[in-house]
Amino acid sequence: MTQSEFLNVVMPFKDKLYRLAKRLLVSSEEAEDATQEILMKLWAKNKMMESYKNVEAFAMTMTKNFCLDRLKSKQSSNLKLVHSNYSDDSSSLQTQVEAKDSVSWVEKIMEELPEQQKMVLQLRDIEEYDFDEIAELLEMKPTAVRVALSRARKTVREKLLQKHRYGIR
Amino acid sequence: MGSDKIEKILEKYFEATATEAEERTLKNYFLEGDIAPHLEQYAPMFTYFSEAKEERFTRQVPLNTRSRYYKWISVAAVALVAFGIYFGTEYQQKRALERQEAEIAYQETKKALDLLATNFGKGTQKMAYLNEFETTKQKIYNKN
Repeated sequence: MTQSEFLNVVMPFKDKLYRLAKRLLVSSEEAEDATQEILMKLWAKNKMMESYKNVEAFAMTMTKNFCLDRLKSKQSSNLKLVHSNYSDDSSSLQTQVEAKDSVSWVEKIMEELPEQQKMVLQLRDIEEYDFDEIAELLEMKPTAVRVALSRARKTVREKLLQKHRYGIR
Repeated sequence: MGSDKIEKILEKYFEATATEAEERTLKNYFLEGDIAPHLEQYAPMFTYFSEAKEERFTRQVPLNTRSRYYKWISVAAVALVAFGIYFGTEYQQKRALERQEAEIAYQETKKALDLLATNFGKGTQKMAYLNEFETTKQKIYNKN
């Protein structure tokens, strides 16, 4: 497989790998590093790639495992919070700020979810994979996927409502 | 779509029992903007989900096969230097040994040649007697 063929295969889903990595690692720098690592690993295996029936699913599973390993090693070395993407896109309109605020709340709430729920929510509600694919990607049982998804969605709803009511009650 | 129907789907959505088609209608409803006031609170979720999908991986990944090649070249260079040092010292030692041997051989030859030279010297001394014999013989010839 040549370099351009490889890029054609990888292009459609490289953003998905990055978004999953970022969901798990939070820091966009680290997510970029992880994605690059995964793509280079895939490239190193490019001779075998034709034999994989679903390269995308394979790459997603690789990303998942890679990020979980990173998290594990980070926890053991006590380096938990290292992201620096506190961007400040200031918008002038008050309404816009408010809307953006509650939207970015969702992101923060998702950061607090357990890894498995994060991944399920990411894959279902953001990437819109179907349930069977998610079960395959995460190496989980379909019922477990639904349970995790339901928990994740309910947590997000609850926390979002709490934030909204904050100051009112 | 009526808000009561959306509510029903929402309920299923949070139980994660909604079908994929139902979830899609839910998303479309919240993204189109015409949301019933009591459902407004759920809108940020769906807005965020659709926004999050827009994030892109922009970094260029270096996919050169040459990097691996360079790596092996450096490995070969290191191996070469190590071999050079190892066999170099061995060669030096061999050279020193050879030089010593040559020195010994030189001394031995010199000794042998010295011996030969002294023996030759003894020979010429004896020849001097012969010379004496010759002169006396000449004297005798001259007298006659």
